[in-house]
Amino acid sequence: MSDTLIKHALKTASTLTAFALVGTAILAYIFLITRAPIEASEAEARLALFSQILPHDVYDNDLLKTELVIPPNQLLGNRTPSKANIATLGNEPVGVILEAIAHDGYAGDIKLLIAIRADGSVSGVRVLTHKETPGLGDYIEIERDDWITQFNNESLMKTAAKDWAVVKDGGKFEYMAGATITPRAIVKAVAKALQFFNDNKPQLLEKKPAEKVLQGKDKR
Amino acid sequence: MSIYKEITLNGIWKQNPGVVQLLGLCPTLAVTTSVVNGVSLGLATVLVMAAANGAISPVRKYVPNEIRVPVFILVIAALVTVIDLSINAFAHPLHKVLGIFIPLIVVNCIVLARVESFAAKNAPIPSILDGFMMGIGLTLVLALLSGMREVIGKGTLFSGLDLVFGPSAKQFVLTVIPDYHGFLLAVLPPGAFLGLGMLIAARNWIDIRNKAKDSTHEGHTTEAEFHPALNT
Repeated sequence: MSDTLIKHALKTASTLTAFALVGTAILAYIFLITRAPIEASEAEARLALFSQILPHDVYDNDLLKTELVIPPNQLLGNRTPSKANIATLGNEPVGVILEAIAHDGYAGDIKLLIAIRADGSVSGVRVLTHKETPGLGDYIEIERDDWITQFNNESLMKTAAKDWAVVKDGGKFEYMAGATITPRAIVKAVAKALQFFNDNKPQLLEKKPAEKVLQGKDKR
Repeated sequence: MSIYKEITLNGIWKQNPGVVQLLGLCPTLAVTTSVVNGVSLGLATVLVMAAANGAISPVRKYVPNEIRVPVFILVIAALVTVIDLSINAFAHPLHKVLGIFIPLIVVNCIVLARVESFAAKNAPIPSILDGFMMGIGLTLVLALLSGMREVIGKGTLFSGLDLVFGPSAKQFVLTVIPDYHGFLLAVLPPGAFLGLGMLIAARNWIDIRNKAKDSTHEGHTTEAEFHPALNT
């Protein structure tokens, strides 16, 4: 009795193992053949996004090759190392593209991509990912509204710190009725990213971006 | 009626997974905010279901009864991952839109339900057809529901088509109601429930009317087979 039971259990277990092995093998194979195309299309998508916020004629380098890794920093809001891409023109740094995360959105984190020129002004901002309410808070996407373009050419010099807020809070940035928390978070994140840029300008715009450590005022 | 015709009819009307079996609610409610999203996910589900049924049916006699569910889940999960990776590699913008919902096809009860109730008992060809037709039935519901929600919620149709077919497809986006500010309820989850409720009601109404017509000819009454909604 127990003999047949063991036999049966063995047969069942080996069948399951066989299926698991075949499944894993297929997955490994598909992963290998799709890895290159996925990386290529991700890089392409990233470059397409870059070109929205930093015009092609202001730089002449391959942005994906001049990548800096920025350790977790409170001003940028990244809790894991994030990327910064340095734009150069004739070897002279002309700007940087930073990733920033706003943690105080209405629903979850808002990931931003911010291009900053060497003079500290914003070239453009785009929302990478967000979970804001569809139809209410999603006007921050460029596909839905050009709200996000009001950051173009802004800087900490041009606009005083107290004006870096939505109109409702006494600042200068427009918002749409029904969703104030979302734009508030983005305005704050952009201002903090500009602050980060100002604090780290020498390191960010050094000529050889490969070998440097970013200080960043991590207040935690 | 031939078996193939019956399978087709079951998938699209009699046993429609979206409005009769109510087994595909997770994607039905979540992605139907625009026609492009709804139909894309529907077609991905068609692929998974046809492939899952086709993969299980030939090996059905070698799978011991006790471990059939883990084996089925394993096969479905592997297939979904393959499709997820393929869409990511070859239709990257679409992948960005459907994002989390493609992996979630795994937990779509309708896939496991068809494997368990059809592919585990039938030959490969009918099984593949069953998976395909059930998927098409679900896609039709997704298309109808997302069409309703998109027009009412945003006043457009086919918005986001350029994500699938490239920027040139933007001209096919229809603005049904110009200068429309949107009706948020239709886009939010409650709108999905309301819309689905209306679709189920409409389907039942048509069914009952047809049956009333039939019963004047002959007395066969096949009660619409309702399955309790046991969904994720």
